[in-house]
Amino acid sequence: MLLDILSWILLCLGGGFVLVGGIGALRMPNFYTRMHAASLTDSTGSILIVVGVMCQAGLSLATIKLLTILIFLLLTGPTATYALANAALLSGMKPQADTDEGRSSS
Amino acid sequence: MNDQVNKGVENFLMLLALLILAWLLWSGIYKLLLLGLGAFSCLLCFYIAYRIGFFKRASGLRLIPSLPKYWFALLIDIIKSSIDVAKIVLNPKLPISPVVVEIDAMSKGSIGHAILGNAITLSPGTVTLDVHNGRLRVHCLTRKSADELLAGEINRRTSLLTHD
Repeated sequence: MLLDILSWILLCLGGGFVLVGGIGALRMPNFYTRMHAASLTDSTGSILIVVGVMCQAGLSLATIKLLTILIFLLLTGPTATYALANAALLSGMKPQADTDEGRSSS
Repeated sequence: MNDQVNKGVENFLMLLALLILAWLLWSGIYKLLLLGLGAFSCLLCFYIAYRIGFFKRASGLRLIPSLPKYWFALLIDIIKSSIDVAKIVLNPKLPISPVVVEIDAMSKGSIGHAILGNAITLSPGTVTLDVHNGRLRVHCLTRKSADELLAGEINRRTSLLTHD
């Protein structure tokens, strides 16, 4: 019962973050900033939803598989984002932002 | 030379343990046929790993014991920055101030750079654009996230992970 409530809270929060990520991807002005909104869906959305489903599965092999799926998602997601961002950068798309080298740390 | 052999053996044993554990947990059916298939796929994995030179250098597998702690700290980071980004998206004024910063990775070696770059990308509000010679170019959604990144907390944590 308590686990059900927790699972529902997590699933609804996850769905909410996915929705906000989608809204963000539409509202942001350019490519790089849209990517930030998409990473909201990517990391937070997937974590919350998979953990919510894990609460439903209980202590079984399914939970371990879900955990593995989550780990694979979280390992491959940023790699894909990096490939996309780096391809955009290499093909000459300038991030419309103030690059301030003076503030960079060492 | 001897050191290199030791590293190879260490990598071999850790990969073996990981593969056996994965195979046993995947199906949950312990019949002779399936165990035989598992042994076969382990051999195939070892052949591929050997071909890509996995046993020649230090691998990321030795980091596994200290990963849960790192992941937990990263999870807290992700939750915090997610709430920040969600607030920005839902704010009618869309208060973004995109900025590109460059940071030097404190950890040496390609594994440390890869982990740092992916950790930065994983937390919303910061995306790694380029990694070159241990220097990371990061696109930040707001000044605040850029300042947090430049404070170097995540950088320090990653170098702790790869060095102990």
